[in-house]
Amino acid sequence: METFTYYPGCTLRNKAKDLDEYARASAKALGIELEEPADWQCCGGAYTTAKDEIATKLSAVRVLDSAKSAGRPLVTVCSACHNVIKQTNYDISRDAEMAAKVNAYMQLDTPYNGETTVYHYLELLRDVVGFDKLREKITNPLAGKKIAAYYGCLLLRPAKALAMDDPENPTIMEDFIRAIGAEPVIYAQRNECCGGYITMEDKAQAAKRSAKIMDCAQDQGADMIITACPLCMYNLRKNSGSELPVYYFTELLAEALGLKEGANE
Amino acid sequence: MQRIGVFVCHCGTNIAATVDVKAVAEALSHEPGVVVSQDYQYMCSESGQNLVKDAIKEHKLTGIVICSCSPRMHENTFRKAAAAAGLNPYLVEIANVREQCSWIHKDIATATDKAVILGKAAVAKVHLNAPLTSMESPVVKRALVIGGGIAGIQTALDIAEAGFDVDIVEKQPTIGGKMAQIDKTFPTLDCAACILTPKMVEAAQNEKIHIHSFSEVTDVKGFVGNFTVTIKKKARYVDETKCTGCGLCTEKCPMKKVPNEFNMGLDNRTAIYIPFAQAVPKVATIDPNYCLMMKTGKCGVCSKMCSVGAIDYKQQDQLIEEKYGAIVVATGFNPIKLDKFDEFAYSHSPDVVTSLELERLMNAAGPNGGTLLRPSDKKHPHTIVFVQCVGSRCDDEKGKPYCSKICCMYTAKHAMLIREKYPDTEVYVFYIDVRTPGKNFDEFYRRAVEQYNVHYIKGMVGKVTPKSDGQLDVQASDLLANEQLHINADMVVLAAAIEPDKTARPLATMLTTQMDTNDFFTEAHPKLRPVESATAGIFLSGACQGPKDIPETVAQASAAAAKAIGLLCKNSITCNPCVAQSDELMCNGCSSCEKVCPYGAITYTDKEFRMPDRTTAIRRVASVNPAVCQGCGACTVACPSGAMDLKGFSNSQIMAEVDAICK
Repeated sequence: METFTYYPGCTLRNKAKDLDEYARASAKALGIELEEPADWQCCGGAYTTAKDEIATKLSAVRVLDSAKSAGRPLVTVCSACHNVIKQTNYDISRDAEMAAKVNAYMQLDTPYNGETTVYHYLELLRDVVGFDKLREKITNPLAGKKIAAYYGCLLLRPAKALAMDDPENPTIMEDFIRAIGAEPVIYAQRNECCGGYITMEDKAQAAKRSAKIMDCAQDQGADMIITACPLCMYNLRKNSGSELPVYYFTELLAEALGLKEGANE
Repeated sequence: MQRIGVFVCHCGTNIAATVDVKAVAEALSHEPGVVVSQDYQYMCSESGQNLVKDAIKEHKLTGIVICSCSPRMHENTFRKAAAAAGLNPYLVEIANVREQCSWIHKDIATATDKAVILGKAAVAKVHLNAPLTSMESPVVKRALVIGGGIAGIQTALDIAEAGFDVDIVEKQPTIGGKMAQIDKTFPTLDCAACILTPKMVEAAQNEKIHIHSFSEVTDVKGFVGNFTVTIKKKARYVDETKCTGCGLCTEKCPMKKVPNEFNMGLDNRTAIYIPFAQAVPKVATIDPNYCLMMKTGKCGVCSKMCSVGAIDYKQQDQLIEEKYGAIVVATGFNPIKLDKFDEFAYSHSPDVVTSLELERLMNAAGPNGGTLLRPSDKKHPHTIVFVQCVGSRCDDEKGKPYCSKICCMYTAKHAMLIREKYPDTEVYVFYIDVRTPGKNFDEFYRRAVEQYNVHYIKGMVGKVTPKSDGQLDVQASDLLANEQLHINADMVVLAAAIEPDKTARPLATMLTTQMDTNDFFTEAHPKLRPVESATAGIFLSGACQGPKDIPETVAQASAAAAKAIGLLCKNSITCNPCVAQSDELMCNGCSSCEKVCPYGAITYTDKEFRMPDRTTAIRRVASVNPAVCQGCGACTVACPSGAMDLKGFSNSQIMAEVDAICK
């Protein structure tokens, strides 16, 4: 059993418990141990991506350094955490001035310079487990289900730093959907923004954005939508006004692996 | 004792504004061997050259140094002047005090000091210059044109007209290139086929022109006036000499589901095919990836149908070798792949097409017989959105940094043709800028806007969303009205950026010519030598050198032909005498030089040597073919024993320059 350091993030402790628990249960079933560092903090959400701000990136560096000390790759699952941590890791390995400032502030035993490999849970499935191997372990294939993957804006962009998939024509979630036995629905709005935090200030705007996504997926014949992002989940479920079901991808993974009943008890 | 003259040029104010030219002349007059040191306003002018010539005669000079612009600019001018005054032209040295000094410095004292140092280095070198004599090399009176599009055809026709044999090598089964796929041409809207196909026929019928279709250049050796080129005639499984182009085989071929390249994959062709009705040569070709006989061994219908017995399933690729005096590159362009621009849904909706696909959809010989129908449901489109600059003027690696130049005009043409033929169809064009310089070009675009009411909107399309009702939701911004737009379109047409053909880069390596970062061939001088490459004897025709429309391509094709004819007219050409030579006594036969020589100018031979102990030994030593050597100097650097030396740039000369600079 291979062990990875696992960063759940704060939303996964309250609003997005499903995303977290199904992820852990599925990983175990796939022979992967996810170990949470003892003292992680909130990644700060997407606000931390301001280039000139150091303090908001420290929490990301702490968890990256913690994985480095444990000598393991780091796994994230929430789109926003993944975005913040990977971008911070990318910047610190390339921007000597930022690295110097961060390290001066943190006073670690050995300075952190971007040594940790970061996987999104989907990348873990694709690159470590392998979608072919995953398919073999599926006991309850979701045959006949037409599933629309919703990437949102944070999961793949900026493409250079996140290096996960082509942001304009991604395939990773569609390949995942095929692996769990369902049929992916390709629709144009799958990589557009759901409105994100704008829902706090201008609910109508977020409603318009998320309705567009849901309508487009439904129009192309989707039975349901999957996402990796708690904020997208919120906007699509609560703001879009659409009846189309929205799930975390980990929930369907757990279902396909036959784990769904026991997972969130 | 050497008698050296120094001549410092002001170049108007180009040099004199930052370099104290009188101080430079004065400082250099004290260098060893310098007997005269002068300055003058324009040394390259007639009176400036006379000053140099007179000084050579008056002071009986044995070498001269010109402190002026880059040797690329005027070395030849001063060599000629020296020769006219009776001094060997290779006893002239140029100190570049313009590009490498006055233009890059602001401070007069610094620039003057540096000019003096550069002058001293040139004086030190000229002391060691030896008189060199150029050899003559014969010119093969035959030209090769690589690429059979409109550029290659025009170049070949012009060269043949001048009386020289010319071969066209075209990788497709027919000549004609992109222009053959185009429906109408801007700004006159005459039909492309009507002006191109007669030229194709003319090329085929001209007894001086030899077309190698379905062929590729695989190797180039030699040098200006005497290239040896290997051409691979790919197996087309049909005997070209027997096939009459009757087309019966293509009608009877049972394999009818092959994507038709000529129609951009919008319909199908058979496995044995003639690309289009006016193809030249009109000869069938078998596609071995689809032919049932070739794949399964069961079929042979075409062979049975062919009354002249031209089908040959066992045909092999054939290599032919030919000698040429000049080579013209006319490899053309292709639209870029759009897989990185999926916001326009190109790979998800058949109704999102490229402009070249639209040409075929509108062409009378195209998949719909010239009626514009949506590819998805063959219905008449009522709203069409054009998106310009897809991949052009792009600031990241998704696209190209340059303007593809032809898109504004062909989009205006498409918009106008659609409005003319289908007045009930609304046409929108999204643009960053409309760029229409060219004779009668802007008038053409104004007509599209004013007479045909095409909706030109400044702004870019952000997203194209295919909907289940078959329509496309086009989301865009109108930058002038500052508003978001949603247009319900039936079709979206993308003006994809153009890029050089993929065969261009390996070809450039074979030809030892230069390319820019975008793989366009680099001309010898952007203004004054636009159709020559920096490699002697290689000329550039058409879009391989940069994006071009048809009028410009034809103009450049004829210009390239004129340059090639100028070369072919000569019986012999003067070779550069600054070539490598091997000191056989020092050569240890290691082959390092042979490995680095890009021109294949070095060979090894076994020679008999008399050894110090009066015995005779056979040693393997390098020898340089001076007719092939281009004087690049790679071998002199690679040689571990210092046996290789470059005439005119010998190791001792370079070291003398370095010593003079470091003193």
